[in-house]
Amino acid sequence: MSRGATPAVILEVTGLIGSALVQDLGRPGLAHLGIPASGAADVGALRSGNRMLGNADSAAGLEVMGSITLRAHAPLLVAVTGASGPVRLDGEHVPHTPLPLATGSELHLGPPRRGLRTYVSVRGGVDLPPVLGSRAHDTLSGIGPAPLAVGTRLPIGVAPRQVPTTSVEPGREIAHPGPQGLVMCDLLPGPRQDWVSDPQTLHANTYRVSELADRVGTRLVGPPLTRIRTEELASEGVVRGAVQIPPDGAPVILGADHPVTGGYPVVAVLTEAASDALAQARAGTVLRFRSQHLRWPRARSRPGTS
Amino acid sequence: MSALDVLPGGERALLIATDGAAQARAVAAAVRAQPHLEVQDVVPAARTVLVTVAEPRALPALREALAGLEVDPEAREEPRRLTLEVVYDGEDLHDVADAAGMSVQEVVRRHTAGEYVVEFIGFAPGFAYLTGLDEALHLPRLATPRTSVPAGSVAIAGPYAAVYPRSSPGGWRLLGHCDAVLFDADADPPTPWRAGTRVRFTP
Repeated sequence: MSRGATPAVILEVTGLIGSALVQDLGRPGLAHLGIPASGAADVGALRSGNRMLGNADSAAGLEVMGSITLRAHAPLLVAVTGASGPVRLDGEHVPHTPLPLATGSELHLGPPRRGLRTYVSVRGGVDLPPVLGSRAHDTLSGIGPAPLAVGTRLPIGVAPRQVPTTSVEPGREIAHPGPQGLVMCDLLPGPRQDWVSDPQTLHANTYRVSELADRVGTRLVGPPLTRIRTEELASEGVVRGAVQIPPDGAPVILGADHPVTGGYPVVAVLTEAASDALAQARAGTVLRFRSQHLRWPRARSRPGTS
Repeated sequence: MSALDVLPGGERALLIATDGAAQARAVAAAVRAQPHLEVQDVVPAARTVLVTVAEPRALPALREALAGLEVDPEAREEPRRLTLEVVYDGEDLHDVADAAGMSVQEVVRRHTAGEYVVEFIGFAPGFAYLTGLDEALHLPRLATPRTSVPAGSVAIAGPYAAVYPRSSPGGWRLLGHCDAVLFDADADPPTPWRAGTRVRFTP
């Protein structure tokens, strides 16, 4: 909620190593104009932080890759979700629960030990002017509030009526490698499976997240798929989580800032939860893909069928 | 009306394959006209329409609606018309003339004679792919794309013409430039064209 004429409540960036972007749920609905949805790379983590604070799901927060120090210029309530690392409030280690910051308090988030992206939600949300309906920064088109830097002062909106929960949301931990050191990613069929001879290659092998990974897409290292059709595919609409197969057969998974159309065949699509998990997977993380099947409602039954 | 060719697109999307761009626009219009579907994006392209819904639980209803969708092939086309003034001073203008085996004046004449239609918008905000380019000017993209193409560049590649709304990397051949604002995030609408908009260029 915007404050209007009252003085802005400020959260200031006093230290930053790496990058910090304002993110929310993005600006879907504009793809027909070539405008990507963008939004938090790990949507579940941002949502979790917002809900903990009683914010609307659409409240804007910070997406941090690295470490950040923030100073509150008024009392604020903050939640830290996503990748976990050391959190210090005025020098003291604190757990990741909703954190009350007094005026002048300094919150320091160290680099995460696990995962890639840390989310800082603030009760009231980051109140910068929305661009095309959202405060998300799209790294490909540059639309949205500029990336944060030391000295950035963020206005915070009026606190919502909804009270914050007093407990950490259970069960919503970022995916981390299981006993075999793998992160499972659930996949659904994509529209262009017939462009490769061997779509099952994705499930039969493991793949590693390469260094070529950002908010636009993630290139994987592993057994290539074999393109049967090598002509150019006419550009078509694509979604976050789409697994594209370029001519060299090495899968590329589209991220939050993917362009709205693509010319490489999409043979599978990650579930939303798997896209969130991928957003936390550092270079070198090993992925195993698992097939999911959407359950369609039964067709109108005919006599003799169950 | 024959059944739509509906392909899977993940938890929240379906891809409809069509015979071409005009049918894609007609299908897109028919989908948008459906109430209660929680549709989030409808993206027509050269031979497809991508439809996304806001939540996975809305996908079965979308699939069912597509199974029975009535598409009017004569649906009134998108009414916008755009005329863009071009200064023909592009870096590739002379190379294009040579490759096409004609004078620069002839290239300009043929480019401005075209009656273009926005086939779809993709690649970047406000980047419209225009069909209707004279066949003599159908040339491949540059072997080495430019790292930066100036905003407003009027360009061609293969069967398409386009204007770069903003500076970006690009491999299209540059014929000239145009001052019209084709993308402004603060404007409403942010871009003046849509799939189906008719476009002309004037010198």
